[in-house]
Amino acid sequence: MLNKRSDPDRLLAEIKEEASAAKRGKLKIFFGACAGVGKTCAMLRAAQQALSEGLDVLVGVVETHGRSETAELLATLPQLPLLSVTYRAHQVSEFDLDAALQRAPQLILIDELAHSNVSGCRHAKRWQDVELLLARGIDVYGTLNVQHLDSLNEVVGRITGVRVWETVPDRFFEQASEINLVDLPPDDLLQRLKEGKVYLPEQAAQAAQNFFRKGNLIALRELALRRTADRVDGQMRAYRAERAIKHVWPAHERLIVCIGPGLFGAQWVRSAARLASELKADWLCVYVETPALQRLAKTERQRILDYLRLAESLGAETATLGGHDAIATLLAYARSRNANKLLVGRPQALPWYLAWRPRFVDALTRQASDIDIYVIGLAVHAEPQRPAARLPRIPWQHYAWATLACACTALLATPLLHVFDLSNVVMLFLLTVMGVAIRGGRGPGAWAAACSVSLFDFFFVPPRFSFSVADAQYLFTFALMLAVALIIGQLAAQLRFGATIAHLRAHRAQELAALSKELSAALSAEQVVDTAHRHLSGVFRSQVAILLPDQHEKIQIAASSAESSKVDTAVAQWVYDQQQVAGLGTQTLSAAAAHYLPLKAPMRTRGVLVLAPPAMQLIEEPEEKRLLDTFAAQIALALERVHYVAVAQDVLVSMEGERLRNALLAAVSHDLRTPLTVLIGLSSTLLERDPPLAIRQELARSIQQEAQQMSELLSNLLDMARLQVGGIHLKKDWQSLEEIIGSACAQMTQVLGGHLLRVTVPADLPLCECDPILLQRVLVNLLDNAVKFTPPGSHIKLSARSQQTSMLIVVEDDGPGLPLESMPKLFEKFTRGESESNKPGVGLGLALCKAIVEAHAGTISAENCASGGARFSVSLPLGLAPELDTRL
Amino acid sequence: MKLCVGEAMNLTRILLIEDEQHIRRFVRMALEAEGFSLFEAATLKQGLIETATRQPDFVIVDLGLPDGDGKALIRQVRSWSEVPILVLSARDREEEKVAALNAGADDYLSKPFGVPELLARVRAHLRRRQASHGQTEAQLCFGDVVVDIAAHTVTRADIPVHLTPIEYRLLLTLGKLRGRVVTHDKLLFEVWGSHYQDRAHYLRIYMGHLRQKLERSPAQPEFLLTELGVGYRLL
Repeated sequence: MLNKRSDPDRLLAEIKEEASAAKRGKLKIFFGACAGVGKTCAMLRAAQQALSEGLDVLVGVVETHGRSETAELLATLPQLPLLSVTYRAHQVSEFDLDAALQRAPQLILIDELAHSNVSGCRHAKRWQDVELLLARGIDVYGTLNVQHLDSLNEVVGRITGVRVWETVPDRFFEQASEINLVDLPPDDLLQRLKEGKVYLPEQAAQAAQNFFRKGNLIALRELALRRTADRVDGQMRAYRAERAIKHVWPAHERLIVCIGPGLFGAQWVRSAARLASELKADWLCVYVETPALQRLAKTERQRILDYLRLAESLGAETATLGGHDAIATLLAYARSRNANKLLVGRPQALPWYLAWRPRFVDALTRQASDIDIYVIGLAVHAEPQRPAARLPRIPWQHYAWATLACACTALLATPLLHVFDLSNVVMLFLLTVMGVAIRGGRGPGAWAAACSVSLFDFFFVPPRFSFSVADAQYLFTFALMLAVALIIGQLAAQLRFGATIAHLRAHRAQELAALSKELSAALSAEQVVDTAHRHLSGVFRSQVAILLPDQHEKIQIAASSAESSKVDTAVAQWVYDQQQVAGLGTQTLSAAAAHYLPLKAPMRTRGVLVLAPPAMQLIEEPEEKRLLDTFAAQIALALERVHYVAVAQDVLVSMEGERLRNALLAAVSHDLRTPLTVLIGLSSTLLERDPPLAIRQELARSIQQEAQQMSELLSNLLDMARLQVGGIHLKKDWQSLEEIIGSACAQMTQVLGGHLLRVTVPADLPLCECDPILLQRVLVNLLDNAVKFTPPGSHIKLSARSQQTSMLIVVEDDGPGLPLESMPKLFEKFTRGESESNKPGVGLGLALCKAIVEAHAGTISAENCASGGARFSVSLPLGLAPELDTRL
Repeated sequence: MKLCVGEAMNLTRILLIEDEQHIRRFVRMALEAEGFSLFEAATLKQGLIETATRQPDFVIVDLGLPDGDGKALIRQVRSWSEVPILVLSARDREEEKVAALNAGADDYLSKPFGVPELLARVRAHLRRRQASHGQTEAQLCFGDVVVDIAAHTVTRADIPVHLTPIEYRLLLTLGKLRGRVVTHDKLLFEVWGSHYQDRAHYLRIYMGHLRQKLERSPAQPEFLLTELGVGYRLL
């Protein structure tokens, strides 16, 4: 039985896929070898068919290219008007995504999926529009040529010599529910071309010469057929997995492609994507940034970012690693990710002066014995060589300073020549070179070295004031001096650079440490947001906003934040829902004013981080990006922690509530039944015996007292229940204790009987923030208690006074006092002073008092006075009462 | 002031709108023994008809009626009549009381209530109504306090008491609606204006001052009564 089972994870993934497919719209791609094979016509015919079946069909965008056949077909279908966009003063028609979403047809037709939208549209690419349509449950028919498929783009380019720049990622193609291959033999296509059915006649001839060569067409057709066959093969495999036909599934493959700033990165990435898809493997694309690579020119950095982005769009996970030793870092990462295949590009030929260095691939092969290394070949058609500025530009002032410094040294050395030997002058120049290199970097350092040698020759070496040399030995001195100066300059510059980098890193590490320290102390989501806000805006010198979702998963913008004007809620919501970055510096909605980053925690996304940097570069640099990611992860973790703390507290509260409810039921059934029995007994005596008037009155009075007690008990019960049901929800306001005490006393007048109550409240007692009804309940219960447990004629004292930080309310009596053994359990639910006492009440009174007082963050305590008698003290925190408007 | 049982034509008419039969019975017994003439209604609809046709001098309404909310009835009655309305309610939630008072009720009693309490309220409201008929309010007297409205002076046991303008306005507002429970919102509106609805603590402070100046024992007031969570009342 066991071996018939599939891997549970895989099954789960399949179920998820099915579930999401059920909600998502279906994508049908009409796939062809090249333009003119009849994809659009096939799509339109299929749409006609769907229309006749009663489906709500809409043409989103279809290009007729002036072909009459297509136009005729198109006229029979309902069309969505195109959106007119102004782009560089031209009117361009684009697919109107928003109108389509609003119209929400069952089926929509989108031609040329690889099309790039002009900037200003919601997505950079048309296929991204389609993704959204699918996500909204709308079926899509689309067309695609083989050369637009990302992984084949390179290959097609090599075959035809024509590269297209509009591509569609393979995963998009793979997720189509149906691929319809529109095939036309090359001869027929060429015939159509001649007849003018493909392009407009004047363009046809030129196009045919470049692209529509028979050889090209055959190759393209084969590619298209093979790609479709691959897909069918993939479906077959999926089918086998579903039916659990295969016994053993191979261990999951994971491969890593390592890219650099070279020109062939895109090719490497595409090769890796192809290999990964053939192996059905996960793949990662990494860039190892060593200190040397941090000095790269901006264009090269940009190129690396482009490669990483390309890899991401092809379905890879990307990472930028930092380390001194590229190979060790790379291997450690590969092992940590359990990757068993490593792809590296064939190294370019090294210049002769670096020939002594070990080649990267060789070193890698030596060190990675447990990992397969693949070396990717060089492309025949390399991308046009772009001028690479390897050295960071150094302002010309540095060179001027270097020259000046050398001149000064020469001037200084001239009078010294009478005292010192020539060799000391050389030392002086070397010192200057080192100084310049430390200040200005390696370029000015090298310049200073050259200047120094020239000046030394001209001014100091005999014959002086001439470049000619008397003694040939000096030529050797020059060479040595130049070499030493260059090396010193080089070292000094490196030292300086290293120091700068180290300083920068230390600063960031400090920031990160400070952030995590503060975040770990945060107890509420607001505190987390506040802390993160403060740190991020400092480190990234940007405007920062952190948006959290509400209960309905809708992103909320705190109105108070000054940044709210820059934040687009729709984008933030998208980022939150899709868990992907968007906005500035990304591929989605790159025209937005800010960078949006989902705060991904282990369990789920917790919010969205919005960053509006003053300069693009601040978020595009890998170093910055990594830091930002780390910050985001920290914040997300903190938010998640806070969330679970709240959940745990809720659980605790509800558990306590549950326990109480159970105890309550048991106690109530006893304590309510007793007075009820009395009531029934007394009233039936009245009814049946018809006693004399005096007894009748006494019985009636007993009934009244009993009922009154029950009413009191019920009030306590209801209050307790209310406190427990809603957690504890206080209706706090700034209250006058005098009023509350007054109301409590008024309520007690009937119960007091023979007891004497004295109230002491100072006239200048400050207001106290509390829930008046509940506090009155506390006082009534304490007074009621005093009445119950003292004989008539006893004195009860109620007083209130304010201390430095608290308000103290004391209820004292001169009765028998509290029994010592019951003291510790006095405030627990359902205990009573004397067990089996005839005094009514569930003993809920004091427990309720405690619950109420503690909900006010106060304390309640009981003790016996020195003079005997019980004393209950309630202490409430004394906040700062709001100011009165003195004008009134 | 006590009404004679014999004067059938001038009997004070009280309407009781209450769906619970036992409560109707003991209220009837108590009020008739005091010489009032009582009419009963068990539903909101019937209550409205009775109010219109009987022209009662006093109405007692239960808030939880089987065919609707007593507050709706109060609002309707208030649109054509100034008759004193006392609300009976088993709901002891303060918002309910405030809502009923804001709808136009004069007073409330929480169930369970005793007969003496009910009688005292009914008498007090009827007396107030009688007193205010045909009499211009030149003076406001309670305990040993006399407020001369025309002369703007306040004396307690013939000794002049100084009140600030706000305290004076507050006292007069309570006096104007004497015997009735005046909600916090209404008091704030009458004394301070419409922008002070969320500053109930102003009321507490100034009421405290008034009690200090006019009550014998401010912590156990006799006239300036607090209806906790609802409002104030000048007895």
